[in-house]
Amino acid sequence: MFSFILKRLAIAVPTLLILVILSFILMYAAPGGPFNSDRPLPPQVLANIEAKYGLDQPFWKQILDYVWNVVVHFDFGPSFQYEDRTVNDVIAQGFPVTLTYGFWSFVVAVVVGVTLGAAAAIKQNSWLDYLAVGISIGAQVLPNFVMAPILLLTFTLWLGWLPGGGWNGGQWQYLVMPVIALSTSYMASIARITRSSMLEVLNSNFIRTARAKGLPTRRVIFKHALKPTMLPVISYLGPAFVGMITGSVVIDIFFSTGGIGQFFVNSAFNRDYSVIMGITILVGALTILFNLVVDILYAWIDPKIRY
Amino acid sequence: MTLTRRHLMASTAAVLVLTGTATLAESHIPADATLAAEQTFVYRVGDESPSIDPGKVEDTDGSDMVRQLFEGLYNQDADGNLIPGVATDYTVSDDNLTYTFTLRDNAKWSNGAPVTAGDFEYAWKRAASPALASPYSWYIELMSIENASAVIAGEMEPDALGVTAVDDTTLQVTLSEPLPYFPQMLTHSTTFPVLQSNVEEFGDDWVQPGNMVSNGAYVLTEFVPQERAVMSRNTEYWDNANTTLETVTRLVVADENVGLTRYLAGELDRTDVPAGQYPRLSQEYPDQAMSVPLSCSYYYMFNLRDNGPEEFQDPAVRQALSLAVDRDIIVDAVLAGGQKPAYNFTHWATAGFEAPEIAMASMTQEERNAQAQELLASAGYGADNPLTVDLVYNTNESHRAVAVAISQMWKQTLGVETTLANQEWQTFLDARGSGDFDVARGGWCADYNEASTFLDLMQSGSGYNDSKYVNEEVDALLANAKTSDNPNADYAAVEEIIATDMPIIPIYHYAAVKMLNDQIENWPVNNFQQNWYAKDLYKVAAE
Repeated sequence: MFSFILKRLAIAVPTLLILVILSFILMYAAPGGPFNSDRPLPPQVLANIEAKYGLDQPFWKQILDYVWNVVVHFDFGPSFQYEDRTVNDVIAQGFPVTLTYGFWSFVVAVVVGVTLGAAAAIKQNSWLDYLAVGISIGAQVLPNFVMAPILLLTFTLWLGWLPGGGWNGGQWQYLVMPVIALSTSYMASIARITRSSMLEVLNSNFIRTARAKGLPTRRVIFKHALKPTMLPVISYLGPAFVGMITGSVVIDIFFSTGGIGQFFVNSAFNRDYSVIMGITILVGALTILFNLVVDILYAWIDPKIRY
Repeated sequence: MTLTRRHLMASTAAVLVLTGTATLAESHIPADATLAAEQTFVYRVGDESPSIDPGKVEDTDGSDMVRQLFEGLYNQDADGNLIPGVATDYTVSDDNLTYTFTLRDNAKWSNGAPVTAGDFEYAWKRAASPALASPYSWYIELMSIENASAVIAGEMEPDALGVTAVDDTTLQVTLSEPLPYFPQMLTHSTTFPVLQSNVEEFGDDWVQPGNMVSNGAYVLTEFVPQERAVMSRNTEYWDNANTTLETVTRLVVADENVGLTRYLAGELDRTDVPAGQYPRLSQEYPDQAMSVPLSCSYYYMFNLRDNGPEEFQDPAVRQALSLAVDRDIIVDAVLAGGQKPAYNFTHWATAGFEAPEIAMASMTQEERNAQAQELLASAGYGADNPLTVDLVYNTNESHRAVAVAISQMWKQTLGVETTLANQEWQTFLDARGSGDFDVARGGWCADYNEASTFLDLMQSGSGYNDSKYVNEEVDALLANAKTSDNPNADYAAVEEIIATDMPIIPIYHYAAVKMLNDQIENWPVNNFQQNWYAKDLYKVAAE
């Protein structure tokens, strides 16, 4: 197991490196640049700025310098767009915000989704099943950019219960709507996967044996059925978790949270090369990490899997 | 608690006695006003500003913040006229090349240190220096300060810049050529002072709350990028006694409709009216929806490069396309936000500018259409040989609506086939800058309140002249205007040439369309650049 983890981590390094180089090339291939605007800068001013950020260097040197600074100094460089900040500042400010609402969305999505899916499977074809399936389909088809304005109109404008956006240090009032908006579609997917997986497990031989031994239903479900049910759910949860904690631009835009998602999208529009790279690396590293976590969880849950 | 003017005047008087200040700015609060207990102002911006360092600030929203935090030599009043800021007065030499400013002796930084002429000298040299590499260093060049170009180019040390602190309250500026509107340029945030010791102590982090020392009516107390910035009253500000608002909060709300929802929920005091909603909102909230002139012009430019499309080299074609644009439909039906139709480039509300008589402006649309058809036929285009136009604009709902309307007008009146292409911003800039278009959208906002801020774009050598329009007469007139006693005659002549040559199609003059809480008083609706000073605002109690 330990050597498996080491091996995976070792592969992660070249993977990230390829990610960096590909992103770098794609970024530079896109038309425009970080200092283009509808008021083109006088050539001398532009030259000063490019010199300051090292953009006057040959392409290969820029990549090498970049990788060197990231690896050796853990320095992602200055932001080209937000001149008063470094990329480290941008991530240090935006990522905790996203991590907070992403984590809570994950918790809500998993708890509600698994409960809903399991309940539907256990009481298959009952009203509970239809209700659960109805809710999850409804939640799935309602994209968060529709959900967000509906929540805003309801809870902010009509009821006046919740602030319409902002973060304010992450007080709970500011968390409620982003978490609902972000978690619903994940919750729906989790419910559907849980339901179909549990139905399959409940019809399998070892459950029939457990029931035949006269075990109470509760024990059959929690002791025997739940763990194998979670296998397909967990393979979904890994990427879903990364997706949630690395931000949703929709959530950031509608609820003005100041999270990393909006920085990411804006950086692409503004050709803010260093921020694009910084967040790409962050998302890439997290994706690799959580895929590894999922594989480890797999081995723990499924005794057939050994590394 | 509700503060009345009497309380305020009493406290003002007390402060005056204590500090012995001689002058009292006329209070801007009427006697019968009942002030709200909480003097706060919360406003929306759509995106985070690149910088709030006066030397580097480059966008309108950033300048709005810097204007609260710092104070330059001059401010603007509600109508956009110059009023003393840190400077009280200036003299100018006979050759119009040397300006000598007298600074007030009671201006202070938020740490209590006096604001001196040296702070301005340092700030201007810093803004021009290649080491700072400010995207707005060109503004120092635009001000025609002696040696600005050489300093920016790195050929001279920043110290060579023509600005000198003679003593603590005397600032001398030397220009390389006379500039009649030089004092008007001093309300721009690039010219605001910064405190050398503060910048040197914290380096790039000096603009963070807690670090930043500023000399405006407010200090930065909280700043979370892409979320909020809070500015609180600066008790060291020389005119603090006449400041009423306690805190000014800037919230980033990316979506205009979300902004409106939050405004209606009472979370914002000021927000933008989403495109097309002004007619409804001005009916429902007549005291809150406002549309005031904003110093920007919207236009389409032709690609006039030598290697560009041949069709548009013919002025008759350009005129025909311009005549066929029914501006009234664009402003009344498409935008519906109080914009005004444009037949010339310079915004109609620009100080001192009077548009010349432009034939097209006084014609009816039927007459324009008839003339357009004639012109296009004379240029050899018709049913058997239709003109085709590639029109590019940057992705945006309202630009699209305007482009669709205009392409329909061209089709119906002239039988012109238009291909619309929307492009993402950077791609668009690239295409426009490299001449990869027939007709492209343009928008230009004034840097200062004088017609040259628009017309300089028509100069052959201007970096912003994406049409690559070349006319020596225009260049000569604009050069002459710089030293002329009556530059407006030159500007009018340039507008007449543009109306004939038609390198661009002026479409409309912008309006700022906003919702403003009716408890907020003294908003400078007549300030054409919408340069607002929170120190002049106050909030009355709800009725």
